[in-house]
Amino acid sequence: MSLQGNDNRGIRELGAEKKVGWDEVTQGVALNSFVGESENSAFLKAEERNYNDFNSYTATVASWRIIKPVYNRDICIDCQNCWIWCPDTSIISRDKQMLGIDYDHCKGCGVCVEVCPTNPKSLLMFSEAKDNNEALAGWPVKEKKVKN
Amino acid sequence: MAEKFELNEVEVWDGNYATSQALRQAQVDVVAAYPITPSTPIVENYGSYVANGFVDGEFVMVESEHAAMSGCIGAAAAGGRVATATSSQGFALMVETLYQASGMRLPIVLTVVNRALASPLNVRGDHSDMYLGRDSGWIQLDAFNSQEAYDLPLCAFKIGEDMSVRLPVMVHQDGFTTSHKAQNVYPLDNDVAYNFVGDYVPVDEMLDFTRPVTHGAQTEEDWHYEHKAKQHKALMDSRPVIDRVLAEFKELTGREYKRVETYMMEDAQIALVILGSSVETAILAAKQLREEEGLKVGIIAPRCIRPFPYDLIRDAIDNSSNLKAICCMDKSAPGGAMGMLFNEVSSAAYTTNTRPLISNYIYGLGGRDFAIDEAKRIMKEQKAHADAGHITTNIQQFSGLRGPKLGFYETRRS
Repeated sequence: MSLQGNDNRGIRELGAEKKVGWDEVTQGVALNSFVGESENSAFLKAEERNYNDFNSYTATVASWRIIKPVYNRDICIDCQNCWIWCPDTSIISRDKQMLGIDYDHCKGCGVCVEVCPTNPKSLLMFSEAKDNNEALAGWPVKEKKVKN
Repeated sequence: MAEKFELNEVEVWDGNYATSQALRQAQVDVVAAYPITPSTPIVENYGSYVANGFVDGEFVMVESEHAAMSGCIGAAAAGGRVATATSSQGFALMVETLYQASGMRLPIVLTVVNRALASPLNVRGDHSDMYLGRDSGWIQLDAFNSQEAYDLPLCAFKIGEDMSVRLPVMVHQDGFTTSHKAQNVYPLDNDVAYNFVGDYVPVDEMLDFTRPVTHGAQTEEDWHYEHKAKQHKALMDSRPVIDRVLAEFKELTGREYKRVETYMMEDAQIALVILGSSVETAILAAKQLREEEGLKVGIIAPRCIRPFPYDLIRDAIDNSSNLKAICCMDKSAPGGAMGMLFNEVSSAAYTTNTRPLISNYIYGLGGRDFAIDEAKRIMKEQKAHADAGHITTNIQQFSGLRGPKLGFYETRRS
């Protein structure tokens, strides 16, 4: 599957939504999560749900981030630690297989890197400007055990 | 199915008991409450109706009034008919959540038994808490006696839950003088009362799992203003709905209520604008003065505080052929301004052709007695203003206050 998710994930900057007048805003600021009825949404994956325009799924906040996690599939053991700990549900995992980062919603906090147990880490923080392939090319090697 | 509560055609109820019976008949789903004098018996009685099976609802005991209204907001957002009661300090603690309830357009009914605000601590009736709520975006209705403390909550559910309104409603009554004064009350049959209020119809309820919804979202400078404008329009536009519900209630019971009650205003030369249990005092005083001295006094009593009835106040002023002077009676410490009624009535009167003289009395703070003789003295003072053609005293004065005469500002109209 694509890491981009479905068509409307992060389709615009937060705050760039269409501004309507007082007569068109919802009553009591009630915001429905999905377009139409969605009784089974709990059983659907995010990319299968029909999120509406006021769900945060459709807004990107990538611009808030100055450092980013880069994911190295070659080292990852799919332990799901990062998926559990990510405070913004920005780790994309399916069937207990880690797929990557939702860069539309990741704020660059680095928690995923902290909790990654592999040696070397399967996630490392880089400058937002750093190319991901370049980051992967220079990935650190396994640290040797130090004998006493 | 709830147990049937036997009622007589006429009951002897105080205001608190009358209100609790209205909540029972409306079959409120959730009451989240914290007790405070003098409103405690409303929720205490409601709790006993739940415990004894007279209501199919939930009574939620909470740790404060802030939590009480928070619980009410959660239950209303979930999709239930919700009510509670409070007074004074408890009302003050609720204020933050009152704004949440109105902004979220949840038709909660809050029965407020009016009591002074500390300091100094005081449990007696004045309108400080009612006035504190006047910018909170709630509809505010005022009951002057026990019968109305029963009738108006029934109307309040129907008004707030109307699809074009969907706003919370406060029903006020005076602490002790109404809440603890037993009077004859004519209740409706349980089914008649429930059918008048009608089944609760939820909107955007959180327990509708087919349409998951966010309530209480944050909005900044790009959205907040539009939402507040829409909310204000709903409050302003609730006036015809209030009128319609009160008319339907009259059809059902013969008891007529209006957003502004007027008494003897047709030929009145002077008028008192007054709220709550003092209205009946003022009516008696006006009748006596008409009889004893031929002084044509009328009474204007706003039944609806918010949305403020500028329309009907102006009608009351313009429809009296001979009105010269109005005195606005405010039962709340004014805090460095004129009283609320003075401000609102003055601004309404300013755009009338009659434009009578308007002065302000602060009275009855902390439950200080307001008796017929004092009401008559104030009315006669208005007559002196009318005769002189200008306000002959300070514009704001204090009624029933010990010590040297206290007053502020003089007229610049000659």
